[in-house]
Amino acid sequence: MAATATVSSAASSSIGTRLRRMGLPRLFLHLSVLAIVILWLIPTLGILVTSVRDKEQITATGWWTAFNGSTQMEAVRLADPSTQKEEGGRFVIAGSIFEGNATGTVSAFGVRVQDPSAFEIGKAADIGDGETLQINQDGSYVYSKGAAFDDKRPKRVYVSLATAPEFTWQNYRDVLTSAGIGQAFVNSLTVAIPATVIPILIAAFAAYALSWMHFPGRALLIAVVVGLIVVPLQMALIPLLTLYNDIGAFFGINARSYVGIWLAHSAFGMPLAIYLLRNYIAGLPKEIIESARVDGASDFEIFVKIVLPLSFPALASFSIFQFLWTWNDLLVAMVFLGTGKDQLVLTGALNALLGSMGGKWEILTASAFITIIVPILVFFALQRYLVRGLLAGSVKGG
Amino acid sequence: MISQIVSAIGVMVAGVFACALYYWLSDKLLSLALPVPEGNVRQASINLNRRATIRPWLFLGPALILLGVYLIYPVIATFILSFYDRSGDYYVGFANYRWAFFDQQFRQSIFNNILWLAVVPAACTFFGLVIAVLTDRIWWGNIAKSIVFMPMAISFVGASVIWKFIYEFRGGNETQIGLLNAIVKAVGGDPQIWISLPFWNSFFLMIILIWIQTGFAMVILSAALRGIPEETIEAAVIDGANGWQIFWKIMVPQIWGTIAVVWTTITILVLKVFDIVLTMTNGQWNTMVLANLMFDWMFRGGGDSGRSAVIALVIMLAVTPIMIWNIRQAHRDAEGH
Repeated sequence: MAATATVSSAASSSIGTRLRRMGLPRLFLHLSVLAIVILWLIPTLGILVTSVRDKEQITATGWWTAFNGSTQMEAVRLADPSTQKEEGGRFVIAGSIFEGNATGTVSAFGVRVQDPSAFEIGKAADIGDGETLQINQDGSYVYSKGAAFDDKRPKRVYVSLATAPEFTWQNYRDVLTSAGIGQAFVNSLTVAIPATVIPILIAAFAAYALSWMHFPGRALLIAVVVGLIVVPLQMALIPLLTLYNDIGAFFGINARSYVGIWLAHSAFGMPLAIYLLRNYIAGLPKEIIESARVDGASDFEIFVKIVLPLSFPALASFSIFQFLWTWNDLLVAMVFLGTGKDQLVLTGALNALLGSMGGKWEILTASAFITIIVPILVFFALQRYLVRGLLAGSVKGG
Repeated sequence: MISQIVSAIGVMVAGVFACALYYWLSDKLLSLALPVPEGNVRQASINLNRRATIRPWLFLGPALILLGVYLIYPVIATFILSFYDRSGDYYVGFANYRWAFFDQQFRQSIFNNILWLAVVPAACTFFGLVIAVLTDRIWWGNIAKSIVFMPMAISFVGASVIWKFIYEFRGGNETQIGLLNAIVKAVGGDPQIWISLPFWNSFFLMIILIWIQTGFAMVILSAALRGIPEETIEAAVIDGANGWQIFWKIMVPQIWGTIAVVWTTITILVLKVFDIVLTMTNGQWNTMVLANLMFDWMFRGGGDSGRSAVIALVIMLAVTPIMIWNIRQAHRDAEGH
């Protein structure tokens, strides 16, 4: 909070020009920032890439190799000896190893399981007994021998198959329907939207009263609001849970309801909302409000017609905070909402999946990505207001 | 599903409408109840004064009720509950405090919280400052800042999944699909189960919070650095100071106030850290912290409100100095205007 004055007087000149004189090698600077950016991006990139990979491939190789595909050894049989043909004194069996449903590209092959990649592709290899075998990258092969093939069974060979990277939306389809993430997404919206909008209006009226109306105890109230910003949520949980249960029992209704969590979120966000909005509204030009008063406008009219429109930036800043906070919250939802399908929010659902689906990364990563995509979109779209809000005062954490 | 969204939006619209209606109606009723009669100047001025006395409380009313019910009453009630037994019915004096003092898990939590407090605010502020200085010097600095800032938008639960995937361990000869273990293996080390590694596992949880909060520190400190008057730096340059000296002796001292704000804000956040520990380890392997222990006791064996309240009070006690400092600071700012 003390920073407000320092920060808001931010000069237009960049400190870049000043630091340039200090003479760190430029290239080193660029590389270190690049390293930081990569370091910060990699964790999120990991789950994004993993969430669209094929289930089998996720467990077979690390996500950073996703674009290389994976290599696996497979045993295949060549065509039946009865298909052999005589060509220029040699007996030949030809065909493709992909006659089944396997696809991919061959990178090496062998005839003994101990050494499945003994031979290079694309070249006729001498595999003993006067037999030669050539397997090409596309799977076609030529198997030949100076004498007729007299084996009863088709020849078995081992090939290293490089499967192309497989990307799929299947994980998303799965989590949205069967894992309950789709329903949780709706529940999160149901919590976050009203819990963002309701406190704004209430806080704005209070902030106006604390800025432009005179009454005894005003300074004390402001001090209380500032003090309440940092009160840990933990202090509120036990009595409120008891209160909710009592009210629920008294009226014979479910103690855990959406109305309950809207009010709780509104109240927990209220100190910061009043503080941020008051800082802004108190800074509006005195002349505008005084002249409106002189013209006979009531406080209600002044608030609705002048203060509210002028405070748009502060309202936007706060609503972003509040939205991110309510969307990302886990603790309040765990206490004030049930764990049934119709009330489980995204963070709660994800937490439950971590317990029940631990290790099933195709489910976890896709669910996590659905959880974080909305706040990230809000973040990038409205970053300007978020930064302004941060600079305008302290922020409430967790 | 759709009907749920529709009803949520309906409630939102109705709620906003009801709020607006309250303010409008209470304002109108006040005017009706205390009319300003023409001609009767004495009565008119009395009523106008009364209106001016009552109106602020109409504007403040809903906010005060919410603050009172959801914050002020619970703080008092929690304090009282800490002297009562598990059900909150029988007075037990200081028994819950005595329990906390000798409880092994409580001590472990205090120790871990101190560890978090020692590491996370310092690390976030340090990295935030370094990144702010570095990114201010290059043309794509704003893009870099956005990327470092982005984890701020991610929920702690989401971040936990992201990092759990990095710390993933697979036994035997299986391919390591967790990035950290893959790197460890590539350089010839032994893959570890990082989140159950004695003592060090807490640090692996802290990394998650540092990853999230560094962007916050960076944004605030970056703005403060830009606010430093040009002249002070020019004077130092003329006096022959080098880059290192300018940074530590000219720039940092001028933004001490901002550093303190960043530090205390993250400190408060750290004291309340809950989601990360819950999703990563649920307090196992000696990673328990106060907020999780408090939540645990709220529901453990049907819930123990007394012990839970004591733990909440310890967190409250820890933020109190910051709270007082904030109030005094706000008071001074208000007087300065």
